[in-house]
Amino acid sequence: FSWTCLFYTTHFYHTLLNKPEMQYEMETSSSNLSAVLTREQGLQYYRTMQTMRRMELKADQLYKQKIIRGFCHLYDGQEACAMGIEAGINPTDHLITAYRAHGYTFTRGVSVREIMAELTGRRGGVAKGKGGSMHMYAKHFYGGNGIVGAQVPLGAGVALACQYQGNNQVCVALYGDGAANQGQIFESFNMAALWKLPCIFICENNKFGMGTSVERSSASTDYFKRGDYIPGIKVDGMDVLCVREAIKFAADYCRAGKGPIVMELETYRYHGHSMSDPGVSYRSREEIQEVRSKSDPITMLKERMLSNNMASVEEIKEIDVDIRKVIEDAAQFAISDPEPPLDELCNHIFANDLPMEVRGTNPWVKLKSVS
Amino acid sequence: MLHCWDGARFPPGGTISIPAKEFNLGFIRPVNSVSHGLRVFTCPLVNVRDALNQAMDEELERDERVFLLGEEVAQYDGAYKVSRGLWKKYGDKRIIDTPITEMGFAGIAVGAAFAGLRPICEFMTWNFSMQAIDQVINSAAKTYYMSAGAQPVPIVFRGPNGSSAGVAAQHSQCFAAWYGHCPGLKVVSPWNSEDARGLLKAAIRDDNPVVFLENELMYGVPFDLSEDVLQKDFVVPIGKAKVERRGTHITLVSHSRCVGFCLDAASVLAKEGVECEVVNLRTIRPLDVDTIEASVMKTGHLVTVEGGWPQYGVGAEICARVMEGPAFNYLDAPAVRVTGVDIPMPYAKILEDHSVPQIKDIIFSVKKVLNM
Repeated sequence: FSWTCLFYTTHFYHTLLNKPEMQYEMETSSSNLSAVLTREQGLQYYRTMQTMRRMELKADQLYKQKIIRGFCHLYDGQEACAMGIEAGINPTDHLITAYRAHGYTFTRGVSVREIMAELTGRRGGVAKGKGGSMHMYAKHFYGGNGIVGAQVPLGAGVALACQYQGNNQVCVALYGDGAANQGQIFESFNMAALWKLPCIFICENNKFGMGTSVERSSASTDYFKRGDYIPGIKVDGMDVLCVREAIKFAADYCRAGKGPIVMELETYRYHGHSMSDPGVSYRSREEIQEVRSKSDPITMLKERMLSNNMASVEEIKEIDVDIRKVIEDAAQFAISDPEPPLDELCNHIFANDLPMEVRGTNPWVKLKSVS
Repeated sequence: MLHCWDGARFPPGGTISIPAKEFNLGFIRPVNSVSHGLRVFTCPLVNVRDALNQAMDEELERDERVFLLGEEVAQYDGAYKVSRGLWKKYGDKRIIDTPITEMGFAGIAVGAAFAGLRPICEFMTWNFSMQAIDQVINSAAKTYYMSAGAQPVPIVFRGPNGSSAGVAAQHSQCFAAWYGHCPGLKVVSPWNSEDARGLLKAAIRDDNPVVFLENELMYGVPFDLSEDVLQKDFVVPIGKAKVERRGTHITLVSHSRCVGFCLDAASVLAKEGVECEVVNLRTIRPLDVDTIEASVMKTGHLVTVEGGWPQYGVGAEICARVMEGPAFNYLDAPAVRVTGVDIPMPYAKILEDHSVPQIKDIIFSVKKVLNM
């Protein structure tokens, strides 16, 4: 028998819109607020999200073993955001985010091996060990950015390039609830709206900017409305289909040259802000447990697929086993790959330049730098 | 009186016919002053502003990925008219007026560079770059390294730097030292029209972030540009200093407007038999230590001259490098810096005049170093 697709007809995403005319547009254009999930898509989304989850949990482990050091901001709980966005855009579209970037690095095409080896600072890492957790790049993926909010104007700039080159591509620029108050974000909103840049500004609202809840940081917690003159959509960020459909709508809107759009994805992170934050001093363990049991994005997808006979329990288990292998293999690689060679310390200062000399720690140490 | 760098003298006024070949060899250069402009019928006088304008025009024409953005660059023709005529010629797509939001538009410019364009981001003055300095350093300068070569950032940030006239403290700071401090950036500081034209072309063609420090008081100063310099592919290599005047007794190292003061001081000192070698840095980072060292090894004496503040400045770096290298053994006296006074820039003319290096300060320092 064929398990081909699932057709949702009921109110599948909470569409809170800041412009009444937007509501109307969405109702008429998105086929009665429904989405179609095929079996292939379902399995693919499950596999991708579960891989992200397992990868982050492995990173947690390696960090506690002191094999990963420095900053490590984990994404578990928010997988539906990254997966839904990737499912709603094309590989040729562009994406930029802040430092909680491992999930996006994966959905944008970098292997788990290369991500983990970058976290452990080895030569096989996607940035050859020179970037670390917050500075991973891929084609049409501009990191990984450590300075809160700086990635948003950068994303608007990528969108400008898309418009300039007339390539019908869009840029997704992500930021958190903590960053949402940054002045440069409003500067980006202004220019994007003025010049009708094809930029989708997305606030991943996981309720906490480090240890500060949204109520304590923001005079207005309606982040989807912060764009003021820019239409905004609020979306359930724990439901991968909601995210996907919302992104599709937003991408079409931008591609049609109507200008930017703001989106708020309501989501949740299970870990603290980073590995040095236990994450329970500003919220209760009960709260974390409740989200895990009631709104976990992977569990929700799995249950939907199982209850609609789109996949069997065995199939899901097989995928899990497979993912476990992938993660183990990646972790092994990340642990055993050698560190970057010292003679490459000063490389990559300038692009397409002749080799040059770089001063070492004292005047007698002259190091070589090649592009 | 017009002075030639090799000591010959020409009567004031009138035109002199000089074979183009001889002129191009650089034997004769006008002094940094309109009244001493040497008019040669083969070579036009081009002021720094027009040199910058022509350079941008040619590069915009050459490569359609190049575009200019900044405050008032388009319809206003540029706050200092450096981009005059460009919007009329190239339109809204390539010459973009931005709102007064430096952090935002500098970030947008860097993002456009990430995605394959070649932006020229103008700061109305470099003082305003402080609003956007995070984008220049953390987003532009460091990205190629952090990405291990995956993400180049071909961007030029340009604008007037340093002191102007009567614009007071918040509009008069020199940023050569701050930006010159950072790996991943190239930092250039042209003096004359040839520098401005050649370095701006080189900067735009460079695949890396370039901080281009102009000088407002130099915009209106004309210089002769030879045929070679006016060629469309003329570039001045970034990272190479130029010896503007040969000398044997002492080396003066400078950048931007102060190069002209050094040349003026050299003329005066020549009358007393002191021959100064004047080195025009052209590039702050990477610093051309070889040219500086070769000169110091010849003259045995060093004075650096800059408009910026002394502490942790360009001159401080030059002195440190000379100390650490082979030239130290050739020094007959400690190297010394002539700099702006270590205060925020005052407004009143008499105070402002005494806050920046004057020709007499250079002459005084040279004589001190030479123990005259």
